[in-house]
Amino acid sequence: MPKKVENVGCPYCGVCCDDLVVTVSDDGKKILEVENACAIGNQIFHHATGGERIRLPRLRQPDGTYKDISYEEAVDYAAKVLYNAKKPLIYGFGSTNCEGMAAAAKVAEKAGAVLDNCASICHGSSFLAIFDNGYPSCTLGETKNRADVIVYWGANPAHAHPRHMSRYSIFPRGFFTGKGHKSRKIIVIDPRHTDTAQMADIYLQVKQGHDYELFDAFRAVVRGHEIPDQVAGIKREQIVEVAEILKKARFGTIFYGMGLCHSDGRNHNVDIAISLTRDLNDFTKWTIMAMRGHYNITGPGAVWSWQYGYPYCLDLTKRDIAHMNPGETSSVDLAMRDEVDAFFNVGTDAGAHFPIDAVKHLRKHPWITVDPNINMASEISDLHIPVGIVGVEVPGIVYRMDNVPIQYRKVIDPPEGVISDEELFERIHQRLCELEAEETAKEGAKAAPEGVRAGSEP
Amino acid sequence: MKTVTLTLTNPSELLLEGQNITPDNFAGKKTAEIAALDVWEGKQKSPLGKYFTIAGDGGATAAETKIVLLGDCTRVKRIGQQMTAGEIVIEGNADMYIGGWMKGGKVHVKGNVDSFCGIGMEGGELIVDGKAGCHLGSSPRGEWRGMKGGLIRVAGSVGSDTATFINGGTIIIGGAADIHVSTHGEGGTVVIKGDAKGRVGGQMVKGDIYVYGTIENPLPGFKMVGEVEQEVDGEIALFAHHIGDLGERHPVSKGKTVYANLYTRL
Repeated sequence: MPKKVENVGCPYCGVCCDDLVVTVSDDGKKILEVENACAIGNQIFHHATGGERIRLPRLRQPDGTYKDISYEEAVDYAAKVLYNAKKPLIYGFGSTNCEGMAAAAKVAEKAGAVLDNCASICHGSSFLAIFDNGYPSCTLGETKNRADVIVYWGANPAHAHPRHMSRYSIFPRGFFTGKGHKSRKIIVIDPRHTDTAQMADIYLQVKQGHDYELFDAFRAVVRGHEIPDQVAGIKREQIVEVAEILKKARFGTIFYGMGLCHSDGRNHNVDIAISLTRDLNDFTKWTIMAMRGHYNITGPGAVWSWQYGYPYCLDLTKRDIAHMNPGETSSVDLAMRDEVDAFFNVGTDAGAHFPIDAVKHLRKHPWITVDPNINMASEISDLHIPVGIVGVEVPGIVYRMDNVPIQYRKVIDPPEGVISDEELFERIHQRLCELEAEETAKEGAKAAPEGVRAGSEP
Repeated sequence: MKTVTLTLTNPSELLLEGQNITPDNFAGKKTAEIAALDVWEGKQKSPLGKYFTIAGDGGATAAETKIVLLGDCTRVKRIGQQMTAGEIVIEGNADMYIGGWMKGGKVHVKGNVDSFCGIGMEGGELIVDGKAGCHLGSSPRGEWRGMKGGLIRVAGSVGSDTATFINGGTIIIGGAADIHVSTHGEGGTVVIKGDAKGRVGGQMVKGDIYVYGTIENPLPGFKMVGEVEQEVDGEIALFAHHIGDLGERHPVSKGKTVYANLYTRL
């Protein structure tokens, strides 16, 4: 008799739908059906048992082929790469649990590595804006229950977060929003007429790369100043009309995506969006939220901020001093400037996401991929270590895009012998400690960095 | 004044972090002691003498110490970081954070510098004969009290994010500036003798910006209020006077609202 598992969390996007129902075969080995998930979430579950999985770590051979090795050998290889590198980079964590991230941070600290996550090429610029200007945000539940005006700026949830609009923003009937989408005004601001824009009551086609100017115009109008006839391709009358809607809302949320944090100006676009949100709070209640991509990409920010005080781009090479400065310590910049000499790709695909030049620079040095699946990074690696799929085979804590932690569960066991990210990093950490002890025994204390004056912002 | 000459003879594989290369750290030290100061290449700590050939002793105090760097320092970061007095001359290029958080003295770079130079500056002079990267004279991440004082002079062009959160001091750019100049500025002066790409003075509260060339994309939050004659960097010229950023908060002083000033040359 197949078993139905209810209230399962979905390991795809930052919406973290936790209402999935997964049907598992009686032997507990095959996923038969996934209900409530979007097409992409559905695929993640079916992919786990639908085809052949990598069950053992694979090490690149001199002839270019991969050879299966044991986890013990893989852990030893990985630990030695980290130990011998002057500045290893550990990057990724888009798709793993917080337990794995914490264990990886332990490894990074021990190895004196740079620790970075996918925010580096995604919402990292939002962090910079939040550092500079605060984050007047809310939870998705508040938006669902209270918001009568929703702004999507530079975000396309119809494709990237398929259930965001139906669960939280446009359609749901909440406590004070009983009429659902009939009581809500939807404003979409995007250079492209996306599928999300088709849902909008008002669509502003901002000139690509000029969001900052449009925000500035909104702010000037909200404060009662005159603006030019046209700003960023939008007519003054339309800006004034939208500004009035924003001011008259009962409760509003601005959801923004890559359109702001990865077009020209990056953090400043988000920064001024936060300023506009703050201005609007002089009139009514407004909040702002980053449309975080992966289901637990908010996690490393939460976990590492707790451990080191910074959410990403952590330079731990001086061990007792954490230094962060994107532009210098961000993965792509480190790669492009040839600043690192070993690369760990964890639960993401730097091979596909990084600029090709960055990949070429990184590939000069050892490259290790930790991922359940075959991807572009795993195919150019020196070592590929498979792990269980979090949310399907491994339970754990994940953070939703509104910083709400959710306990994910597993619905099946990982393939026999395959371990979790957490166990893998704990074992690498242990091996690093052994290597350090061996060297200390051999030649006395190594010239270990104490971090004196390094990265020393006053 | 005593001169210490550092010649980069054994370049590092990765980038070198040379925060100890300041007159403050060299003062009162003999050549051998200077050679023993720490520099960092990733997690590896090594003596300065591993990479540089060093000649000369430091002066009795920082103010009496001059450091001359020869060889290609394109991959050396943090020279002159937090210095309070004395002089550094870099005969070629240098990397990031040159003159970062400096309080006094003078740094003269005869080539180009990378990003984050002169960040969090409080005093002294940073002169760059070539170009500078992004975040020149900017504030460190998350710090809302940016450059407080001192002078930065770059002969060539600069990257984006110049003078973010500037609070005081002067930045003079001979060439063009990329987007974002004096964003969130609360004081200080930035002079751009070339063109500016855009977002000049965004979210700016107080302070002055002079642009001699054109602004490709002016912000809607700035309004022209008149024409004024002003003396800038030793010459008098006629400027169009704009105030802004009208979208940002502004303090009131003696009953009058204080705006940031943007002057464009007529």
